[in-house]
Amino acid sequence: MALGLLKSAFPRAGAAHLPDRPSLKPSYDVVIIGAGAHGMAIAYHLARYHGIRRVAVLDRGYLGGGNTARNTAVIRSNYLTEESVRFYRESVRLFRELSNELDYNILFENRGQLTLAHSDSDLRNFRWRAEVNKELGVRSELVDLAEVQRRVPLLDCDPAAHYPVLGGLWHADGATARHDAVVWGYARAACRLGVELHPLTEVTGLEVSGGAIRAVETARGTIACDAVVQAVAGMSSEVARLADIDLPIHTYPLQALVTQPYKPVLTPLVSSPRWHVYIQQTSRGEFVIGGGCDPYPLYQTRSTLDLKEALCRGITQLFPFLAEANILRQWGGITDMTPDYSPVMGHSPVDNYFLDAGWGTWGFKATPICGVTMAELVASGQVPELIRPFALERFYTFDQVNEAGATAASH
Amino acid sequence: MKRGRRISGQAGAWVRPERGLTFRFEGRDIPALEGDTIASALAANGQYLLSRSFKYHRPRGPLSLAGHEANCLVQLPGAANVCADQRAVESGMRVRAQNTLGTLRWDLGAVLQWFSRWLPVGFYYRAFYWPRGAWDKWFPWFRRAAGLGKIDPHAPPRERVQQHLFCDVLVIGAGVAGLHAARLAADEGREVILVDRNSKLGGAMTYRRPGDGGVADEGFARLLATVREHARIRCLTDATANGWFEDHWVPVIQGESLFRVRAKAVCVCTGVIEQPAIFRNNDLPGILLGSGAQRLIRRYAVRPGRSAVVLAGNDAAYEVALDLIDAGVALRCLVEMRPEMPAHAAARALIEAGVQVECGATVYEARAARRGGHLRAVDIRAIDAPGVAGGRRGICRCDLLVVSVGYMPAYQLPCQAGGRLSYLDHRAVFRIEQLPAGMHVAGAINGCMTPAQAMTDAARAIGEILGAQAAPAPESPGRWCGPSGESVNYPLPIFPHPRGREFVDFDEDLQIADIVRSVREGYRDIQLAKRFSACGMGPSQGRHSALAMARIVASETGQTVAATGVTTARPPVGPETIGHYAGPALFPRRRAPMHDWHRAAGAQWMVADSWRRPAFYGAPERSQHHIAEEVRAVRQRAGIIDVSTLGGIDVVGPDAGEFLDRIYTGRLSALAVNRSRYALMTNDAGAVIDDGVACRLAADQFYVTTTTSAAERVYRILLWWQAQWRLQVDILNAGPAWAAFNVAGPAAREILQGAGFGDEIGSEALPFLAAREVSFAGCRARLIRTGFVGELGFEIHLPFHAAQSAWERLVEVGKPLGLQPFGVEAQRILRLEKGHVIVGQDTDAMSSPMEIGMDWAIGWKKPYFVGKRSLQILAGKGLSRCLAGFRMPLPRRDPPRESHLVIHAGRVVGRVTSSGHSPTLEAMIGLAQVPPDLGQPGRNIDIRCAGGRVRQAQIVPLPFYDPDNERQRC
Repeated sequence: MALGLLKSAFPRAGAAHLPDRPSLKPSYDVVIIGAGAHGMAIAYHLARYHGIRRVAVLDRGYLGGGNTARNTAVIRSNYLTEESVRFYRESVRLFRELSNELDYNILFENRGQLTLAHSDSDLRNFRWRAEVNKELGVRSELVDLAEVQRRVPLLDCDPAAHYPVLGGLWHADGATARHDAVVWGYARAACRLGVELHPLTEVTGLEVSGGAIRAVETARGTIACDAVVQAVAGMSSEVARLADIDLPIHTYPLQALVTQPYKPVLTPLVSSPRWHVYIQQTSRGEFVIGGGCDPYPLYQTRSTLDLKEALCRGITQLFPFLAEANILRQWGGITDMTPDYSPVMGHSPVDNYFLDAGWGTWGFKATPICGVTMAELVASGQVPELIRPFALERFYTFDQVNEAGATAASH
Repeated sequence: MKRGRRISGQAGAWVRPERGLTFRFEGRDIPALEGDTIASALAANGQYLLSRSFKYHRPRGPLSLAGHEANCLVQLPGAANVCADQRAVESGMRVRAQNTLGTLRWDLGAVLQWFSRWLPVGFYYRAFYWPRGAWDKWFPWFRRAAGLGKIDPHAPPRERVQQHLFCDVLVIGAGVAGLHAARLAADEGREVILVDRNSKLGGAMTYRRPGDGGVADEGFARLLATVREHARIRCLTDATANGWFEDHWVPVIQGESLFRVRAKAVCVCTGVIEQPAIFRNNDLPGILLGSGAQRLIRRYAVRPGRSAVVLAGNDAAYEVALDLIDAGVALRCLVEMRPEMPAHAAARALIEAGVQVECGATVYEARAARRGGHLRAVDIRAIDAPGVAGGRRGICRCDLLVVSVGYMPAYQLPCQAGGRLSYLDHRAVFRIEQLPAGMHVAGAINGCMTPAQAMTDAARAIGEILGAQAAPAPESPGRWCGPSGESVNYPLPIFPHPRGREFVDFDEDLQIADIVRSVREGYRDIQLAKRFSACGMGPSQGRHSALAMARIVASETGQTVAATGVTTARPPVGPETIGHYAGPALFPRRRAPMHDWHRAAGAQWMVADSWRRPAFYGAPERSQHHIAEEVRAVRQRAGIIDVSTLGGIDVVGPDAGEFLDRIYTGRLSALAVNRSRYALMTNDAGAVIDDGVACRLAADQFYVTTTTSAAERVYRILLWWQAQWRLQVDILNAGPAWAAFNVAGPAAREILQGAGFGDEIGSEALPFLAAREVSFAGCRARLIRTGFVGELGFEIHLPFHAAQSAWERLVEVGKPLGLQPFGVEAQRILRLEKGHVIVGQDTDAMSSPMEIGMDWAIGWKKPYFVGKRSLQILAGKGLSRCLAGFRMPLPRRDPPRESHLVIHAGRVVGRVTSSGHSPTLEAMIGLAQVPPDLGQPGRNIDIRCAGGRVRQAQIVPLPFYDPDNERQRC
């Protein structure tokens, strides 16, 4: 193993990671709108496992420049409902294997995640999640204050704090990865299989006739195609509207900030739903701090002072020493929030127009499993079991996923 | 230690030669002067080496002396990543270098650079992951190497202050443009705040060579004095305007203070950031930017070196060269990149001084001294073509290389506000355009490099702010030019070397080949190239690398620099701490008036949002005993509980009944005056979101209570709907003004009568569910006959100030009758015995009223209430789960607890929502969410308890206690 390890330090040879932008052909088998991690993962799985290689991935910006670039890269599966846990459990499993699958190091680090309980009802809620998780083979445990302190010695556990820490939900499977590397790895692997990546190609219209998608209009010309997948987190409603599809989505900005690099002192990812704040220290040494959504719907990625102050106030309640950390950068992304805090995946009212939407604050962690399931759906027309609960119809048939109580600000 | 680097008699210097002090750097005593920064004091002692670089641990020193670069970050006790070129030195200060492996001088990590060929940019993306699982072993090592300074987890918190400021015009940057702008605006009657990050006003005037209005200029001195004394100008020095937020909201950091400045207009006069040239070993300690050398000379009276070479790409380099000579530096050579020497006064003066000038040449490589890594010599080569060096012109020994080849406007603030950068090809500069309304730039940031130009430009900007609808000023021909008429930017001061080490980004140790490789790997968009290479992602956020990066990416992709652009500017502009924004962080703790009484009575506290509530009274180690005693007291005699944390909302007006009919599921408009009713609230999906009691105190006046945790939320929900319905009601969040307690138990009435109530609380006058205003404890109180715990009960709401004495009186009167204060734990058991749900505990995000057995609370005949349509659909679908009561003998250990799962046929089918030991029934009882067929009384359910032990419980009808509700009605 030692020799193997040493050998692994030498970069693998190979062609350029990404090819130049090709010219746009008049038709493709499948057009994927959105060259984020989801779009590229779907393209990769279509090409690699379903033999569908006449695939174009379009993006109005650059590869992975939307919410893939902006999210804070938390990977976890400690959800509340059976549907969600099964789905994300599979995603985490795929994440573990992803570097080898893609032949590209996504820097997956299984450092564990701790969600802090500040009240009695948090503890009840976490026990529920832990019990459901364990039942489904996900490593979650309700832990007491002593164990919280052992896991995160620098956490302020003062019982006189405004919201004292009472315990936590320890999720040993919690992890992180380099978000950019995930989309690059998928893009590189997909492009090597013949998928075409078209950045700076904005979709301006969708041609539907006879109830089915026929073509995609772009700023660079119209493309005929058999099937379209939309994977545009943050713009889901707007793009779906081009096909006259209404999605039950409200869109809110979500902000985060990062500090200058410091020598690592915090290994697990820590989250406090009560303070609407979560944190991890990256392997560059920076503390990445995120929080809850802005209170008002908006399509804008600007930063605000209020949210910055809220993040800073929250995080210093947990880690007072971070008051002396220098802020490096603050940014925002856009989240498509659904009423049940779960995605919208599967068929749409338009034939052969597939939805990969409603990704709120939980999109990055679902990337690999989205690639698998959406590709299977597109290739076979059959909805895979894992994503059946996330169909758009559920909002009309009152079969929502019961996730809303557990997801807020845990990311 | 080299001595004698101070220039005596330097006019206008910021240091005070008569006030010497000593501090420590890397364990050595360093003499300094008051007014020095850490970096300037070290430079005065010949010490440029300050830190080791992020990746290759290369020796690094200051470049700009303006707080722009990561290489100047040092460690203080209790503070990491401190800008050594900004932080004033203090006597006895202990400073250490950061990111050293070994010592600053002898850093073992430096061997890494010999392997740099095998560590190209992004090398880790293609390595370390095979065999499978290898990365799990590797990443902890990467983590160990990460980071710069050491943050002190135990540093005592500093006191920080936040303040709001308002002004008509916020002028950022107090150089000549900013000073003039501030003065003009103030003269026109505007309130002005002028912010500058230095300790003294003047900007570039404080370090530039005099002439054309330099430091010694009389007009400038007058301007300074006018601004300082102006009644309408507030100057904030040592203060950084660190971000721009919507509507001109600018956080200004000064020391430990954060000023949130709200301005009507902003004028940014932050000048330019000088850019390094890129050649082999351009990062050695001893290589300074022209402005950096001038800052050392004029501000700190430091002679920057003994023998120097100047690398010139513009006219300003000549002034720097003259400054060096004046400071006593032996100027070996001026290397002029342009083919010919410009014809202007400074150039002529230099020739007169007999300095050797090499035209059409560049420094191709800098060489380091074997020991210490300081600059030793430079290799001068001819420039054959843009970016291509040719034959050697000579090797020149020197200990100082000063580079002056171009600038980048300090674009961060304007671009955060939405401004765009465009590239002027003929000047090779980025210019800021498309500024949002109310934001203006003036001075050097706008290409007006001379004081005269800057003043004209400031006048133009202030004219625009003051609303003079003058035609846009014509493009002044002299912008972005030096006195010779040539651009201030040399177009391509980038010279690749076959052996590399030409650093583009010092923070991340990125060489030209790294950027090129990023592009060639396919990361062609500037944003992608940045993300792949991490160029501009370090502490200096691309201040010294954005321009070069754009030029290299443009040349690699064959695009123009204009089309390539730079990456997005985000706040903050400069360093700021989390603590500045966290502020003093005031979180008011709410206390019921009886709080101290509870404490004295031995209350054990439970956190309930901002409140602390008594969980029970007595020693924590005997909690179960105390809780059971409290339960028994209520059932057998009487108990009193503080419920001040409940929300209370007054809804008043002719439409009050109608309004509440729409909000709650029941028909509250039908409620008689002086009666109360259980009120259940659903959201538009039909899920239960809160409950409480609605009391009608008059025909047009209702008082509704909410749960503790939903108090604020329910108030917001009411306001939100009212904003749409616009009914004739007023909604008042009265809860915070009221305290409340509940006296419950068979003896409750007797106790109340003993405390001063009379027949008005008799069973006739005040039957179950009656609610009325009464006079009690000398004030108006609200009395509600409730039954949450299932006994004869009176809930008394009364003004905060009267509550404590009323409570004490009741307790005193009740004592002989066995009255016992009880806490939340006992209340939970009591209500559980009665089968009453707690919203949020026995419900989840999708629980309908039907599921929790509350069909009776739904006014189906009402034309509308929030959630009605959804509930109708849900009712048509039939139940998929229900809330059922279960009972089992008391287990010795591992009882079923809340959130334990219900298992049926090997599958999870539900969960326990409430459970507890009932002292009344001497049994374990609880509520569970289960499928309807499993929830039938008489069936058994399996509950998986702690440790995986499965226990059986029997479903029983609800309530567990007093099914006919006799006791609460009496």
